[in-house]
Amino acid sequence: MNRFAALIDSLVFTPSRNGKMRLLADYFAHTPAPDRGWALAALTGTLVFHEAKPAAIRQLVLSRVDPDLFAWSYDYVGDLAETAALIWPERHPQANSLPPSLSEVVDALHAAKRAEVMGLIEGWMDTLDASARFALLKLITGSLRIGVSARLAKTALAEWGRLNVDDIEECWHGLTPPYQALFAWLEGRAERPDEGLGAGFRPLMLAHPLDEEDMAGLDAAAYCAEWKWDGIRVQLVARGAERRIYSRTGDELSGAFPDLADHMSFDAVLDGELLVVRDGVVAPFNDLQQRLNRKQVTAKTLQEFPAFVRLYDMLFDRAEDLRSLGFLERRARLERWYEEVRPRRMDLSPMVPFAGWDELKALRAGAREAGIEGLMLKRCDSPYTAGRPKGPWFKWKRGALTLDTVLMYAQRGHGKRSSYYSDFTFGAWRGDELVPVGKAYFGFTDAELVELDRWVRNHTTKRFGPVREVAPGLVLEVAFDSVHRSGRHKSGLAMRFPRVHRIRWDKPAHEADRLETLERMVVG
Amino acid sequence: MASLHPERWVRVCPEGLYVMPGGFFIDPVRPVERAIITHGHSDHARPGHRRVLATPGTLAIMRQRLGDGAGEAQQALEYGETIRLGDVTVRLAPAGHVLGSAQVVVEHGGARIVVSGDYKRTYDRTCAPFEPVPCDVFVTEATFGLPVFRHPPDLSEVGKLLHSLEVFPERTHVVGVYALGKCQRVITLLRASGYDRPLYLHGALQPVCDLYRGFGVELGELRPATAAAKEELKGALVLGPPGAVADRWARRLSDPVVAMASGWMRVRQRARQRGVELPLVISDHADWDELTRTLDEVGAPEVWVTHGREEALVHHARSRGIRARALALVGFEEDEA
Repeated sequence: MNRFAALIDSLVFTPSRNGKMRLLADYFAHTPAPDRGWALAALTGTLVFHEAKPAAIRQLVLSRVDPDLFAWSYDYVGDLAETAALIWPERHPQANSLPPSLSEVVDALHAAKRAEVMGLIEGWMDTLDASARFALLKLITGSLRIGVSARLAKTALAEWGRLNVDDIEECWHGLTPPYQALFAWLEGRAERPDEGLGAGFRPLMLAHPLDEEDMAGLDAAAYCAEWKWDGIRVQLVARGAERRIYSRTGDELSGAFPDLADHMSFDAVLDGELLVVRDGVVAPFNDLQQRLNRKQVTAKTLQEFPAFVRLYDMLFDRAEDLRSLGFLERRARLERWYEEVRPRRMDLSPMVPFAGWDELKALRAGAREAGIEGLMLKRCDSPYTAGRPKGPWFKWKRGALTLDTVLMYAQRGHGKRSSYYSDFTFGAWRGDELVPVGKAYFGFTDAELVELDRWVRNHTTKRFGPVREVAPGLVLEVAFDSVHRSGRHKSGLAMRFPRVHRIRWDKPAHEADRLETLERMVVG
Repeated sequence: MASLHPERWVRVCPEGLYVMPGGFFIDPVRPVERAIITHGHSDHARPGHRRVLATPGTLAIMRQRLGDGAGEAQQALEYGETIRLGDVTVRLAPAGHVLGSAQVVVEHGGARIVVSGDYKRTYDRTCAPFEPVPCDVFVTEATFGLPVFRHPPDLSEVGKLLHSLEVFPERTHVVGVYALGKCQRVITLLRASGYDRPLYLHGALQPVCDLYRGFGVELGELRPATAAAKEELKGALVLGPPGAVADRWARRLSDPVVAMASGWMRVRQRARQRGVELPLVISDHADWDELTRTLDEVGAPEVWVTHGREEALVHHARSRGIRARALALVGFEEDEA
């Protein structure tokens, strides 16, 4: 556990990406199996222990620590695992059993019955130091949040093994922790682990946001355009009897969408946008949300919110891998396949013809209907490459809506921002009262955050734990993609992707926008 | 014996804590006629008081840092000496915080109040150790008044720094330290760990080091970092004020490892916010265990908490049957920790 804890600590404190990669490579090179494999699983989020929920950790700490002291400490530190690790009352001298290794911890947790888990953790907490307690708690609650993405861990692994990261991505979903076969391949001791991928997930190709200044340098004739639909990106995999629907991160959604899976009676891997569509009309994103994050779907939900996929791309046609073909060639294959198979609950995302960037700009400006989030630009000759390569694909979101709102509450952030008031609730005027209309915690620079934090501290009128109510005096110009009706908010409205667009230090609060203005922006 | 409870003769005023029958303030934040200063940090020793009483160490620090602002009339009082001011007797007891730091022990009407200023209980080669003084009211800070704050042994923290120097022998290690106290303590810890190479200092740290030497604190060879060539600083240890080590000043250094010596380094995100790569949990303030142990040792039936995380320490004291309240004094910075 100590070696893993040291890795976590050094990753937390190393700001540069390259530095992190070096630390990871060094760890993979010098840590014996299976520990390094379990560490990789923890870093890539594939190691999950369902029995150790944050609430249970909290209970465990409260069995030893005064609840008020714990609450103040948690508020100050801003991270449950770190608070628990630091506040845990050490016994002097520490229990004389040896601290466990990472794989001992993992094996014991896997073998333990539900009722035994917290007892195990308690015992380990007594033998570990604060830094290893932190690593232990991060590991078992399954959210490391140490500034290392799964992608970065895999990239470091690839670099250490002198391979391309996409080769790892490609076989990743067929592998299981502690990844002995993967390490054997990386160390040249074995062949690449047999894909055996079957109905597994293939990493998606993602787009970069388009910087409009870059447009001048792009050749319009080399790109195709299509609408960016406002749903969630999915991959449909149908192989023999297996039918899977994956999110863009490879999470399985099949169980929640039987109405789609039922119609996947083909043999292909497709890329598309999951939407709710009624009579050919795309419903607002809000409707799709009724279908997400549900384990059980009722017949009523299925009927009210019918799922649909608008297809963008084709990765496999039966056994044939199309990914090395150019986009237009794949598109032709997709169209041919679609004509032939005619799958229900699916259609093709139409191409948007345009003669030059100016024409496309005008098309984008005119796009206001609910289902459209913007435009996608894809190089005609772009192969389907895993990850987010810069250049072949761009997303060009439609212009945001904006509203001048008044800051009402601020809450301390978590993680890196735990000493700053960085989560802001803002409101619009209804008569003489302010009604909260949304919450935003990004869109400002670090320097602006320092100023916002100071403003909040100097204008606090009430405190509720980590939340401060402030005097109505600061206008935040908020940008958002769209606004919808919502029963969950006092204002009856909910914004999509709200972010702070500008801080209007100059504008008096009473000149901020009224709720009616926001009402008029509602779509659908 | 019926004694006169200090709450009847010690007040919180806008200027700070006022001892009425003595006619003086302790660590006032605004200029006053008569002040007793616990120690030389700028949030406690402010300029412009007319008469100032403090230890010789604190007065020397004030003269160096404040010049003419150090007080028109300065009166030195050694630890343990007693003096009569108005209707009270005053004595200064070591606080173990920085050189010259003192607790102010005030007696009046058969009651004793101890204003401890900032203090710590860890052994420090650069100043006299904290002396617990039994009293009726103990006035304490609570900078690290949460049970998440436990400072590890300081020599092991310095050991982390020396280990990093071994692992990255080509990189300059730059350590953020407060000019008064932390800087000299870290130097003595390095020397005690056997590090006898020259240390390089940011210009702002040199004067206080010279002053400490004048009081007999051995610091070994110190060189100005500014005059040193980049090549010379490879693998060297450089000390600078916290604001400079992760800023433009540090560009002169060779691929620096940024370390910071502060009690706040105990919380990871605090360290990250400051761009620290090598956090060293070394503090001149009492940690949670030292604060609570001190309350036990002075045995005061009543505790007043001046600044820091007052609510938690007040809560703890009350749970131990001690009367406790927060004074909510303003003007004390938590950064010099």
